[in-house]
Amino acid sequence: MSDLVRLAHGSGSVLTHRLISDVFLKHLRDSELARLNDSALLDLPAQACQGGRLAFTTDSFVITPLEFPGGDIGKLAVCGTVNDLAAGGAQPLWLSAAWVLEEGLPMALLDRLVASMASAAAEAGVRIVTGDTKVVPRGQADGAYCSTAGIGVVPAGRQVGPERICEGDAVLVNGPLGDHGMAVMLQRQGINMASDLRSDCAPLSGLVESLFNAGVEVHCLRDATRGGMAGVLVELAEASGCGIEIQESAVPVRKEVAAAAEMLGLDPLFVANEGKMVALVAQKDAERALQAWRGSPLGEEAAIVGRVVGAHPRHVVQRTTLGTGRFIQMPAGELLPRIC
Amino acid sequence: MLPYISEFRNAPACRAIAARMRELVRPGTEYNFMEFCGGHTHAIMRYGIRQSLPEGVRMSSGPGCPVCVTAQQDIDAAIALAGRGGVTIASFGDMMRVPGSRGSLLEANAQGADVRVVYSVLDALKLAADEPDRTVVFLAVGFETTAPGTAAAVLQAQAAGLSNFQVYCLHKLTPPAMRAIIEAGETRLSGILGPGHVTTVIGADAWSFLPSEYGIGCAIAGFEPADILLAVSELVRMASSREPEVRNMYPRAATAAGNRAAQATMARVFEPAVADWRGLGPVPDSGLKLRPEYEAFDAERHYCLERLAAREPTGCRCGEVLRGVLEPPGCPMFGSACTPDSPLGPCMVSSEGACAAYYEFGGEGV
Repeated sequence: MSDLVRLAHGSGSVLTHRLISDVFLKHLRDSELARLNDSALLDLPAQACQGGRLAFTTDSFVITPLEFPGGDIGKLAVCGTVNDLAAGGAQPLWLSAAWVLEEGLPMALLDRLVASMASAAAEAGVRIVTGDTKVVPRGQADGAYCSTAGIGVVPAGRQVGPERICEGDAVLVNGPLGDHGMAVMLQRQGINMASDLRSDCAPLSGLVESLFNAGVEVHCLRDATRGGMAGVLVELAEASGCGIEIQESAVPVRKEVAAAAEMLGLDPLFVANEGKMVALVAQKDAERALQAWRGSPLGEEAAIVGRVVGAHPRHVVQRTTLGTGRFIQMPAGELLPRIC
Repeated sequence: MLPYISEFRNAPACRAIAARMRELVRPGTEYNFMEFCGGHTHAIMRYGIRQSLPEGVRMSSGPGCPVCVTAQQDIDAAIALAGRGGVTIASFGDMMRVPGSRGSLLEANAQGADVRVVYSVLDALKLAADEPDRTVVFLAVGFETTAPGTAAAVLQAQAAGLSNFQVYCLHKLTPPAMRAIIEAGETRLSGILGPGHVTTVIGADAWSFLPSEYGIGCAIAGFEPADILLAVSELVRMASSREPEVRNMYPRAATAAGNRAAQATMARVFEPAVADWRGLGPVPDSGLKLRPEYEAFDAERHYCLERLAAREPTGCRCGEVLRGVLEPPGCPMFGSACTPDSPLGPCMVSSEGACAAYYEFGGEGV
């Protein structure tokens, strides 16, 4: 096994086969993938035939650095797509994974990324059943890019979406905000805050199922990635035509994240997450939903942060700790730290 | 919660300060205060502080957003510099999206210029050390808060013999700008909320000209809600009793004399110069330029940068906003032709810009 990824690894030669068997198949042990056919052939699950529907999504992952505290691009590529499926109320079944590798990528690094991808898939209970690898010349990519597509099944009768949001709904989130964005930003900028801040990158399909299993009337789900929870809520207020009010004091934020955000002039409400689901549930089920989440490992710090209101339709208002109110707007462009 | 922050966001304490302020207000008196600093504008909007001020107490925002007051022609010159071969521009993030006459630094970057966001001038210095084949020009904007850092970096570069590090010096000084606004006489101010971070460097005594020459009180404030309410409360007290003075309400960070080491470093590297302010125009001795002995680090001199007269974007009224004459929602472009997505002027771009703060937090009375 060579030390670095070379152009020849993408040429379809014996090297390509070696890369696939020695790295990808070594970690991604799936009978369908191992057949190396042009496409995976999969049996429809019984649920899909009994009035359920298929959910299908795709996402691409480009991140610097490739490995960061709490995760890496391999784990991210699984969690991102799994969480998109989960936010649609789907139980994830199958993923594809397509990697674009830059010539010169250390093979040991690729090995770690693929191993991480495999363990994230195992945690999420999803199978990686088909894949692809390309190698581009040095300088034409930033180490590695990964695209995943995913298929899941939404059981019959389950319906979530902004159109179901109604006045009185409780807004929940499964834990502290901004861990991923701040961890990556600090690492990327070499800002050493002597903290053990880690990305929250995690597959949330189990967490979502716990709500349905507890009999909660779930109206809408969104994973709060780029744009943070603020971005998600602004979108949902617009899409549903309802007003949303959140309590600043109820929003969970880790001390390290709050400190780093203060220093950089950012608001954790707008910072990216990779393991946070925002759920809007019927008022009557708010407490039950909270208990369901707090009983799951990824929801121990879950909180009810706000509610859907009749006032200020299509807008999100935050009640500050002082009791005053302010509108939350969609963030513009990328988050840039301020000067002083 | 965070020490030194949570105490100053304590809701009962804030309510108590606001209640005391109401007792200090003389009925029928108009109190027109200006918060100099964009950081204060942001905090005031962020915490909805105006909603808790007594009737008759009005806050207007001032010119204290370093990005916003950078003149159009200086931004154009920086963008032109970014297009030169072999030049890397190192800039604070806030500057990236400010529209020049032809695009922004962010757009220049997309078109092939090499513009990088740095968090401190030391990052720019490191960039120069790491990439000896490129000339790294640090876009030095900011008030007395960032100028000492730039000065220290120039000294470090000199000591290290880094010949590929330069500074495009657009630093500005706050007291002359405050003076220019009062002299212009467009607004009658009854008190100034003094900039906390600037004052940690220049010292509270630097504002003594406000009461002594203009009879206007000044309260130096930190950036948390209790800090601001306390300082405004002091401004009300001084205006009500007609006993203007400089009150340091940010003693945990600012002192009367300020940071002497920072002042000395600035004085060693820079000398005062006329500076162009958006909204105010040229103000004598309100800027800093590198002293002749540091000219090797002066990008303006090295590249013979020309500041061509540039027109403000049509309809943009940032200038009036920066002078405290106009509130952002009073601009016809606000929220329609000018939004944070596609800003016409810098006050809508910078996180410290008054327009951005008004837009982001949606004004008052929610």
